[in-house]
Amino acid sequence: MPYALCFLLFMIGLYCVVVKKNMVKIVIGILVMEYAVNLFLIMLGYRMGGVAPIVGQSELDPSTGGLLSSFLNASVDPLPQALVLTSIVISLGSLALMISVCVRVYGKYGTFDITEIRRLKG
Amino acid sequence: MRGMTVIVKTVSSWVKVLIFLYGVYIVVFGHLTPGGGFAGGVVLASSYVLLMLAFGREFVEQDLPLALDSKLDCIGAFAFAMIAILGLVFAGSFFANFLYQKYLPGEPLRLISAGTIPLSNIAIGLKVGASLFLVFFSLSICRRGKGVTFDSPAGQEQE
Amino acid sequence: MAVFYILLLFVIIAAIIAVETKNLLSAVICVGAIGFGGSLMFLFLRAPDIAITQIVVEVMGLIILIRATISRDLTFISGDREFFGTVVSVVIVFVIFLAGIHVFDTLPDFGTAVFTQVPDTASQTYIEEGLERTGAANLVAAVILDFRAYDTLGEATVLFTAIIGAMVILRGKSRKLLEDPD
Repeated sequence: MPYALCFLLFMIGLYCVVVKKNMVKIVIGILVMEYAVNLFLIMLGYRMGGVAPIVGQSELDPSTGGLLSSFLNASVDPLPQALVLTSIVISLGSLALMISVCVRVYGKYGTFDITEIRRLKG
Repeated sequence: MRGMTVIVKTVSSWVKVLIFLYGVYIVVFGHLTPGGGFAGGVVLASSYVLLMLAFGREFVEQDLPLALDSKLDCIGAFAFAMIAILGLVFAGSFFANFLYQKYLPGEPLRLISAGTIPLSNIAIGLKVGASLFLVFFSLSICRRGKGVTFDSPAGQEQE
Repeated sequence: MAVFYILLLFVIIAAIIAVETKNLLSAVICVGAIGFGGSLMFLFLRAPDIAITQIVVEVMGLIILIRATISRDLTFISGDREFFGTVVSVVIVFVIFLAGIHVFDTLPDFGTAVFTQVPDTASQTYIEEGLERTGAANLVAAVILDFRAYDTLGEATVLFTAIIGAMVILRGKSRKLLEDPD
């Protein structure tokens, strides 16, 4: 069920990219798709009643210094979290790139409308 | 962009220190607590963005010139690559954690631990913070609505 | 877990409003609602690293988006494309949704991590041996900076390229205007 809702969020973003003709709206659609994909990847590694993959003093065995089995059997997956961490920062960089394209196009044509831009270009 | 009212200026001149310190904390303790270079770098950049929004662009330009900012960006990327190459030199493989494996094992859950991971965190934090501030600076330079009056953000270093 | 579902519905409603509203500033603010709701959801999914990063990235991204839209005189946008094209697009998106939703039947139920269903996965190794092999208590930091540091190197390269691209796009022809104060 949460997977389906996440996919619905992705589809809202895709609809926005396909249908809308305002450039900022297209950027917003791409952002929504990024949120949906990040959320889906994190959901794949979630365990019901899990703990965060960060070792604290209470997770260490006081006698041996190893990890307690309560941590090993409950920790969520650290791998998708690491991948999504880089993905979020890259999305900020690509957002800056897309917004600078939009600002530049607005400065040249005076509109965000892509059909209008196509008409003005002749 | 002459900045905002005196209330905003006063409050943000107090708060910017705390935000900067929080960013440094997130970067340095990234191997022990949630956070790390990515989040801490964005916090470091946002402290300067707050300054820019409150005081105007010229004030920040005196504090952190564009040339210094792009140098910091390059230093961060270079430091991260150098850590990787030092792993190749000292431990035989690219990105090997040579400090933890050979020289400085440290104690778990202490600040001095995990070998090269805190150093990589600092390099990544520097890189992310400097480059995000750089792109925000570029976006704030070209701010006219219409027309072609886009100034050159990179022109100062080039000439 | 009910709070998680409420947050997910909140995010979907915010996304629909962000897509459908005519005012660009409202759309940008709804993107902020999606981001902060998503950050809370990451906290519920036991990912505090992602939550911190998402919340600070969201603040920066909102500043950039508002910066791009607020000073333009055209914040209200006109209607969409012609009716026929919109209907066809909606139907195609809906068909993709119906076809793709069966993919999730092959996944285990929500709350059962995928890496527990397969023996000897990399994730299990990271959880079991991450602390003693890297010394980092934060296993996410251990993965991104030690086990999979190539990924981070590639990320730094992509970020560098994106920033350089943005600066090149924003650079104007005339450099004399730089001396012109405001």
